[in-house]
Amino acid sequence: MSGFHWDWQFAWSIVPDLLAGLRLTILATLFGSIVSFALGLVWTLVRLARIPRVTPVVEFFVQFVRGTPLLVQLYFLFYIFPEWGVSLSAFATGVLGLGVFYSAYTAEIYRAGIENLPPGQWEAALTLGLPIRRVWLGIVLPQSIRTILPMLGNQVIGMFKESSLLSTITVMELLAQGNNIGSINFRYVEPLTMVGAFYFVISYTAARLIRSSESSHAVYG
Amino acid sequence: MNSAGSLWGYLPFLLMGIPVTLEITFLAMAVAIPVSVILAVSRNSRLAMLRWPAGFVIELFRGSSALVQLFWAFYVLPFFGINLPAMIAGVLVLGLNEGSYFSEVVRAGINAVSPGQREAAVTLGFSPLYRFFRITLPQALPIMIPPFGNALVTMLKFTALVSLVTIQDLSFRANLIGTSLGRSGPVFGLIIVIYFILALILARGAKLLEHHVNRQVGRDLARVTGATHSPVPEWALGGGV
Amino acid sequence: MQSMAERVVIEQRTKIKAEPAPALLAMRGISKSYGEHKVVDSVDLDLAPGEKVAVIGPSGSGKTTILRLAIGLVKPDIGTILIDGNYLWHESSPEGLRPAGERHARKVRRTLGIVFQQFNLFPHMTALQNVREPLLHVLRLPRDEADARAIGLLSEVGLKDHLNKRPAQLSGGQQQRVAIARSLALKPKIMLFDEVTSALDPELVGEVLRVVRELAHASDMSMLVVTHEISFAADIADRVLMFDNGRILEEGPPRQVLRNPLNPRTRQFLRAILER
Repeated sequence: MSGFHWDWQFAWSIVPDLLAGLRLTILATLFGSIVSFALGLVWTLVRLARIPRVTPVVEFFVQFVRGTPLLVQLYFLFYIFPEWGVSLSAFATGVLGLGVFYSAYTAEIYRAGIENLPPGQWEAALTLGLPIRRVWLGIVLPQSIRTILPMLGNQVIGMFKESSLLSTITVMELLAQGNNIGSINFRYVEPLTMVGAFYFVISYTAARLIRSSESSHAVYG
Repeated sequence: MNSAGSLWGYLPFLLMGIPVTLEITFLAMAVAIPVSVILAVSRNSRLAMLRWPAGFVIELFRGSSALVQLFWAFYVLPFFGINLPAMIAGVLVLGLNEGSYFSEVVRAGINAVSPGQREAAVTLGFSPLYRFFRITLPQALPIMIPPFGNALVTMLKFTALVSLVTIQDLSFRANLIGTSLGRSGPVFGLIIVIYFILALILARGAKLLEHHVNRQVGRDLARVTGATHSPVPEWALGGGV
Repeated sequence: MQSMAERVVIEQRTKIKAEPAPALLAMRGISKSYGEHKVVDSVDLDLAPGEKVAVIGPSGSGKTTILRLAIGLVKPDIGTILIDGNYLWHESSPEGLRPAGERHARKVRRTLGIVFQQFNLFPHMTALQNVREPLLHVLRLPRDEADARAIGLLSEVGLKDHLNKRPAQLSGGQQQRVAIARSLALKPKIMLFDEVTSALDPELVGEVLRVVRELAHASDMSMLVVTHEISFAADIADRVLMFDNGRILEEGPPRQVLRNPLNPRTRQFLRAILER
């Protein structure tokens, strides 16, 4: 067992750089989430509307995105955009990649939220003769939201962690900063452990918050 | 046009990444399965001495991305004198990571077996080990297979990450080829398609396994999994939202 | 103070013609299968205006499916359904009758109301909001009028003090009474009751039966009541139908079907159910 000492001074000195990376991580998560929520809604609406020719393409696309690694999707976008004449920053490409990848899961969440509605609710709405718009807005949506919100929250947490993949396409987020510091100083223990700690503390706290909010809103009372 | 020709030349090298990718997928899965079972049983245990460490491990691996964990295993462990070969580090990390997530599925499966089963087995004098493997597990299995199919595909996607710690899988080779050609876009486009095909094959295999297990254990168990799952009725779709 | 039933009676009386009216609900040659299983087998069922019909029979006999077919939750494989002069799944065109879809069925369905075994109240709304829902969005009444009517309906089922409670805060019997008030809001001519007390704790059954009984005795609505409560059926029904294996086994006044059944299967069923 080689003698190893945790260098507190070193650890303390790299905090500002790590925080700079964390800032990008949070921004990427924020924008990526917004993209995923919006796109997921688009996929869901297209699926429900059953537009000939468009819907099957969208369904296949969603399946395709879910069935392939995010890393490869990011690489692909990062390298193909310049070839197509699209000039997006690495950060924007990363946000887009995250957003599209996760939109496939968001669409599933929306679908699960809607399909979790007991069939009796649909039957009551039908037999009362409620107009379709009212059924969606006043009956389905308010009930589905309660199921959907915690799931979306957990997804944001997942995206927060997986934003670390952006380090592979030159975005200087948290993991990239850690790797960078490690390679420059050839001391990886402190940077990578602290990176892990940042991810852990934030994601664990957020997950606990979501779980406790779930239980307090569990019953319609 | 020039690079397309060269890409063709690199194809054999690229395709040799497929067995590597699949090998890691299955090896990591072989680690993940026992890990998930051990963690699940520990979490359900009445002994706090089993519950807490299991909970700790689960939260630890779920607290950051597999990539962070891979880098940590690859770059930090050597400083503690632990020099894992890349393959072992990759398989272990992916296995522990996926195992932690999958332990929740296993727990759900075990808990879905009605407590009456355990009670009957206890009163009949069966040992805990026998109870678990012959009574609980066979009934929990059908419930766990569909999520298992998902886990398998997820694992396949995870393997792409090991390319970043020098393992010569599909993504690693694509990266190399792209650098050699000076043009990476098409190569990655190609391997995305390859990954998708592999994922379809794995998903199909999992489906077959599901049918086989259902037939073995008694088909009506498949009904247990159906929570309220009511697709949107026809009338609500007419004329748009 | 007018009771809800009285108000319904007055509404109906203004519409009754001098000569005997044709059947309000006429189901002809209705068959419905789910896969291999024929749930309803060539059934004819008529409901005259103001008539109260009870439907009894074992589970899986098709009696629930008949109700769901009547209100159009389910489409028959064969047969026609005529409601107050309109076909449910067909519309008249210059060439005669042609199959119609959901939009047409929706209009015909207005004449019917249904109360479900599982209540199916909207859990995110209060009792008042539940009853108000069809008044606001189908009749499009102004808010205060809808409120007034809803409060009236809820008072009639004895829930005046529970207007602002959510279903989770109400007992099963109270929830079912809210469901009844909600279905009555649109003043249907035909009310369907699908085993409305089967999901209730035994001590809560009475309060719901009381409401349905009052409706049966005092209103001119036609009622089709699927139930296991035999004495209740005997009390309210003009006619009783015994269902088994998708067919009507026996049909007649309660005193005959329930006290002196002709069919041995009916006798067997009643004996089993009354031995509880």
